[in-house]
Amino acid sequence: MIRHSILGLVLICLTLPVLAVEPAEMLKDPALEARARELSKEVRCLVCQNQSIDDSNAGLAKDLRVLLRERLVAGDSDAEIKEFLVERYGDFVLLKPPVKASTYVLWYGPLAVGVLGAIGVAVFLLRRRGGKAEDVAPAPLSDEEQRRIAALLDEQDRKA
Amino acid sequence: MIAEIGHYALTLAFFVALAQTAVPLYGAARRDRALMAFAGPAASAQFLLIAISFGALTHAYLTSDFSVANVAENSHSLKPLLYKISGVWGNHEGSMLFWVLILALFGFAVAAFGSQLPDSLKARVISIQGMIGLAFLAFILLTSNPFERLDPAPLDGRDLNPLLQDPGLAFHPPMLYVGYVGFSLAFSFAMAALIEGKVDPAWARWVRPWTLGAWTFLTAGITLGSWWAYYELGWGGWWFWDPVENASFMPWLAGTALLHSAIVVEKRDALKAWTILLAIVTFSLSLMGTFLVRSGILTSVHAFAVDPERGLFILGILIVAVGGSLTLFAVRAPALKASGLFAPVSREGGLVLNNLILSVATATVFIGTLYPLFLDAMTGDKVSVGAPFFNATFVPVMIPLLVLLALGPLLPWKRGNLRVAVEKLWVSALFTVVVAGGILVLSDEAPLAPVLGFGFAAWVAGGVVTELAERIRLFRIPVGESLRRLVKLPGAAYGMSLAHIGIAIFICGATGETNWTRELVVVAKPGDSMTLGQYELVLDDLSRIQGPNYYSDTATLSVTKNGEPFAVLDPERRLYPVQQMPTTEAAIRSGIAGDLYVAIGEGNAADGIIVRVWVKPLVPWIWAGAMIMVLGGLFSLSDRRLRVGAPKRSAKRPGGPAVAEGAD
Repeated sequence: MIRHSILGLVLICLTLPVLAVEPAEMLKDPALEARARELSKEVRCLVCQNQSIDDSNAGLAKDLRVLLRERLVAGDSDAEIKEFLVERYGDFVLLKPPVKASTYVLWYGPLAVGVLGAIGVAVFLLRRRGGKAEDVAPAPLSDEEQRRIAALLDEQDRKA
Repeated sequence: MIAEIGHYALTLAFFVALAQTAVPLYGAARRDRALMAFAGPAASAQFLLIAISFGALTHAYLTSDFSVANVAENSHSLKPLLYKISGVWGNHEGSMLFWVLILALFGFAVAAFGSQLPDSLKARVISIQGMIGLAFLAFILLTSNPFERLDPAPLDGRDLNPLLQDPGLAFHPPMLYVGYVGFSLAFSFAMAALIEGKVDPAWARWVRPWTLGAWTFLTAGITLGSWWAYYELGWGGWWFWDPVENASFMPWLAGTALLHSAIVVEKRDALKAWTILLAIVTFSLSLMGTFLVRSGILTSVHAFAVDPERGLFILGILIVAVGGSLTLFAVRAPALKASGLFAPVSREGGLVLNNLILSVATATVFIGTLYPLFLDAMTGDKVSVGAPFFNATFVPVMIPLLVLLALGPLLPWKRGNLRVAVEKLWVSALFTVVVAGGILVLSDEAPLAPVLGFGFAAWVAGGVVTELAERIRLFRIPVGESLRRLVKLPGAAYGMSLAHIGIAIFICGATGETNWTRELVVVAKPGDSMTLGQYELVLDDLSRIQGPNYYSDTATLSVTKNGEPFAVLDPERRLYPVQQMPTTEAAIRSGIAGDLYVAIGEGNAADGIIVRVWVKPLVPWIWAGAMIMVLGGLFSLSDRRLRVGAPKRSAKRPGGPAVAEGAD
């Protein structure tokens, strides 16, 4: 049942998208409005699944859009607005999480994989080059394979 | 009655899978031909039984048999025929049944087309395939029975989620499933090779077409899903970095790496252990995707904790499959000896780098998708990882791959000269500079992203053309001779060129859409007009239309472009009364230069409705690029060198291989 209600919530978010950013919400100053749009793409609609408030039609997303524009008109910087939102809703509200101890793995994990992988590849390539011929001789054929080769050769002979 | 037959066949399939797993594996270990020969018929029987079961469920949907709970929950008597059929896989139980159907289909394909495979390898592959089937059949029978009855049966069903009632989404799941379940075969081949203790070029020749086939379907499936999201969700996005999308994207990335490393095994008898590992990882990511989507863990860790039965079951399968295969790998991989030597600067070296970058890309998506779940489960901290994170991390990871993409195919096998290869790319470099410079001059604001995007696209396209020109020795031999060579190029060569050029086209589309989209949102009443760029739109009319299982508010807009009549668009807002759910049906006018996209929101004629208009340059290039990649996959599959059985068949026909190729 719980699953159904959550699914329902998610679907509400998905289905009325045209209502996202209504004309009435928009700011008169086009430069400020453009900043609002960019900023809203990085703010999560908290009741939706992986949607920014810019895309979402949920009531809460609308409230956040209006709130965000109020702060912009009041003269806040982008960073100040994000800070304000995080204070109210936690890191969850940002679609790009801040870099801090609990997100080091998230931000630097791929880099670590890349560095370790690059070292591994470098070692592998250099060893490959220095490998001795006898280390890498092809595996000898099994009896069954010998038989099959003989059969194939026979077949070819017959054809010729 | 028919539903019971379906259930019975499914149960029987479980026991066949049990025998399919045990008998050939034991037979292969004992070198007992009779026991190994059991594999083929068992795989065929399993496919037949699951097909019967799937047929029974389809029958229940077609006849709207609402005494079957699954049909009652996901169908409706008024639903159009296409969606009655697609409804079969548009729900949890049915989609799992479809999953095992595809799995069994691939097992059957090995039995049917694998006559050239060594007996023991074939027996082991089919046995492993049976083992995967066994796990998922148990899952369906124990936790997700699609044939459960309702008594009393309801008068009508609850209908399928209207968002899914769409032709794009009717075909998206089958494509996607053939794709990522298809990787099961690469996995089974890898396991069988580890048990045999032998991986050789012949093995790679068997694995590659199956992997390529799976990859081709997966590419098509993901593309179809993206296209659906674009036109159906009504806000014009095409990729959201949603965990569900990532679940299919990760196997795609790993599968792409596998496709490239298998070439090295086939041609050069090197990178064996790595290729085996990639096959394991690719299918494990497919399994993980199934777990993520089917366990409900994505909606919330807590929803999962409340109803964990299904999730834990798949998690168990995942752990056994990954743990078991990696253990086997750890034990047996050191025995795999490589024979092909190569210098760091060589085609092999380039493909190793390709694999490194694709692995890092996969890891980026993996960490980004799973870390929030992990953090929540461990500490209760909640973070969101959305599109801005992936754009900041994934895109930079892929850039070196694009640089390499032009260069790699120009390097010879074994040992290459970097300077020679780079010098060959002078045309490509020139083209890149011209394109990037052109964008710089033409665009008026924030040109960095488009300059980079189109620049890299030009670089890749230039590289592909250069490689093709090298191959046919253009301008070094008479042009006629070059053309003759071009026509005679093997399918795999065309496949590579197409797949790579598809990437360049895709990048153009993605860059154009992301950077140059223009938007207009207004409230309009009939008679009002609005202008966006070269387009002027007039809202002519608003009307209510009755569809088969929905009502629709349809707006009619006539559009002029630079004053000339351009199109009449009719975006809709639909309401599906059974589920009380509205959907938007955007009206899109596509052209090679881009789309004009119009969607409407709530409202009425008196107060006006919200109209959203987008001009999205180059959007169709996104899907065109992806479909060209699919075409590349198909071309490569058509290469008869990949079909191990072909030489034998053609040898029996008079007239030699050329005739046989045409007849195939």
